[in-house]
Amino acid sequence: MADVFDRVKAIIVDRLDVDEEKVTLEASFKDDLEADSLDVVELVMELEDEFDMEIADEEAEKINTVGDAVNYINSVK
Amino acid sequence: MLKGKNVLVTGASRGIGRTIAIEFAKQGANVAVNYAGSEAKAKEVVEELISYDVKAFPIQADVSDENSVKAMVKEVIGQFGSLDILVNNAGVTRDNLLMRMKEDEFDEVINTNLKGVFLCTKAVTRQMMKQRAGRIINVASIVGVSGNPGQANYVAAKAGVIGLTKTTAKELATRNILVNAVAPGFISTDMTDALTDEQKEAMLAMIPLERFGAPEDVAKVVRFLASDDASYITGQTIHIDGGMVM
Repeated sequence: MADVFDRVKAIIVDRLDVDEEKVTLEASFKDDLEADSLDVVELVMELEDEFDMEIADEEAEKINTVGDAVNYINSVK
Repeated sequence: MLKGKNVLVTGASRGIGRTIAIEFAKQGANVAVNYAGSEAKAKEVVEELISYDVKAFPIQADVSDENSVKAMVKEVIGQFGSLDILVNNAGVTRDNLLMRMKEDEFDEVINTNLKGVFLCTKAVTRQMMKQRAGRIINVASIVGVSGNPGQANYVAAKAGVIGLTKTTAKELATRNILVNAVAPGFISTDMTDALTDEQKEAMLAMIPLERFGAPEDVAKVVRFLASDDASYITGQTIHIDGGMVM
């Protein structure tokens, strides 16, 4: 669990240029991390590459918080 | 200036697409030559491109089919390692008066000429976003601006392409992906050779420069839009029509 979260966090910090402390499981991409819709699309793309998986559009649309992303990845892995 | 750039041109086995592919090869760019049915012609184009000492290969795909488009883009990126420029050129005509136009004539033209641009653009966007660079050039048509009797399907598709160009340009600007369209007027190709002499005379009378365009006139503007010289232009439709529509 921690492993997935750390890897997701690293990508978010790099892509959105935010402080590590702000990236909590509860943090919303759009509200707390100042990501716009295109940033979220791009993050999902990066997560797909990082975890070598495909996230369907319907699933990607449900990802609003960092925790949503981590949970989804854990559920598939 | 485009040396080493990797380009995908759809509908490149003949007409304007073929000339665009050759123009890129002359500039030192590598070109994937998409075709739908004319494999032999696509191979001839590839032979010609290779003579300019660039990489080129033919690739079959139906641009109106998402799986076909995805497979094509994957193959092109696999072979070239990146994709810098997409030229959405593939197009068909099924002319008929509105009153006589069949539903499938309308659908076929919309599917290839408009949906095809959407699918190809969507398929290359992931790669271009990662690169933080890309150029997409859509071949629209002047009739998409002016309208034209007998071409309700074609005109609707081309007007749609112009709108799609603007929206794509706005969505992708922050990722340094520039999206523009060209709107050719009367260009001498297979598609226009089918017109009667009387139709051609009538067309000439509407063109201030009093001559038809050549495919090269279009290819050179496409080359400009793909170059560094056009780095502050996005969302535009450049008319290449001898002044026909202003």
